[in-house]
Order: sequence, then structure tokens, then C-alpha cells
Amino acid sequence: MSVSVQEADFDVGAEITALSAGRAEVGAVASFVGLVRNAGHGNAVAAMTLEHYPGMTESALAEIVVEAQGRWPLQGVRVIHRYGRLLPGERIVFVGVASAHRGAAFAACEFIMDYLKTRAPFWKLEETPEGAHWVDARESDDAAASRWEESWEAIDQRR
Amino acid sequence: MTELNILYFASLREALGCSGERLSLPEGVSTLGALREHLAARGEGWAALAAGRNVRAAVNQRMAGFDAPVAPGDEVAFFPPVTGG
Repeated sequence: MSVSVQEADFDVGAEITALSAGRAEVGAVASFVGLVRNAGHGNAVAAMTLEHYPGMTESALAEIVVEAQGRWPLQGVRVIHRYGRLLPGERIVFVGVASAHRGAAFAACEFIMDYLKTRAPFWKLEETPEGAHWVDARESDDAAASRWEESWEAIDQRR
Repeated sequence: MTELNILYFASLREALGCSGERLSLPEGVSTLGALREHLAARGEGWAALAAGRNVRAAVNQRMAGFDAPVAPGDEVAFFPPVTGG
């Protein structure tokens, strides 16, 4: 398990390869890459600046990964989140998950992204022709994260 | 340490015109909510911390509810809902 919060870009291919390197028990690697869009909420976006809370951001991401490892049998997890000023098309976030089977890999990857969106302290400032503005949190992100809480309860009930 | 280390992030940092401060724990303040109320009462831009505003907080780098206790030496952070990913 490895978490990085960094300004630098990352190599998606190398990260995916590393998740299964030397681990013959890995049968599935699922990954997600988040990119800066050129439009948000009807505005043209010229650039986006990501602010974070050094220290807490890393520990919040690590905690999300530990929670994922408690829910699914995972052989490897890699999370990279960038900060600083990024242009449309640039990569923001990478989540890669290795497991024996695809079900766990897909689910854990989506779970980590959903929790990251609502629990990791990052904030986006969008630059548009009308000026810079902070992106508002979306209720749909809270809803996406909370569906995992429901399923966690369902898991508990089955125990 | 007898002081709190308080940090402000993103739009809240801009509204307050300040990224952080060291503060002696005010008398009668023992929870995050009471601290928030104390700060909001400074007036002007500090109203951004007032009840009803969408503010989140952390104590010692963990997300915390406003009923969480605060003590001297704690690192407290106030910020808007997160928007990463």
C-alpha cells in the first residue's frame, strides 16, 4: 500500500505495472485516472489549483486505503493525488488496486475514489474567464460515498 | 504547549484573510463548536465561521464533529467541504 501527495505528474503505465510486479497471485488490476476538465458547471476552465492540508491529506488517504483493505482481499493499492496549478487534460489523481479477482479490484477502486472525494482534504480553485472561484462540494459525491456505508451495514448483518 | 494552533484552508482562508494563528484557549471554550462560535464573534469576515455556514473541521489532523473536545496544544483546522479527486 502506498500513498503519495505530490506536485509532480505520474506515469500511469509504470504504476499499473508495479501493482502486479512479482506477485503471481494478482489476477486483476483496476485503475482510475482523474483529469482536469476544460469545463465545469457551464464555465470554461483555463486552469485548476488544488490546495491540500499537508500531513492530514496523507493520513486521510492512508486511512481510506486501510478501510478498503478491510473490506476486500487486496494484494496492492496505490493512490497518487497531485496538488498545485494544473491545466485541462492534466492528470489529478490515480487509484490502482490489485486483487486476485476483478470484483474486488473494481469495487475497491471505486470505493477509494468515492471516499477520497468526501474525506480527503483537497480543495479546487477553478480559473475561468469570469475569474477564479472555489469549486463547491457536490451532494452527488456525498451520495456516492454513503452508498458504501449502506453496503457496509449489509455486510455487518451477514456476519 | 498552552496554545492552540489553528489553520484555515481554501475559501475560508481567503474570507478570513489568514491561513492560521496561534491562540490561547479562550476561557469557557472546550469544544470545537465553542471555539468556532468564539472566532465567528470577531465580526466582519469571521462571520464565515458562523453557525449555518458550511464549515468542516479537524482536530489533530482528523475530521471532527463540532462536539469534539479541544485542548491546549491541539492543532485545529477549519475548512469548506472538500472537493478533491
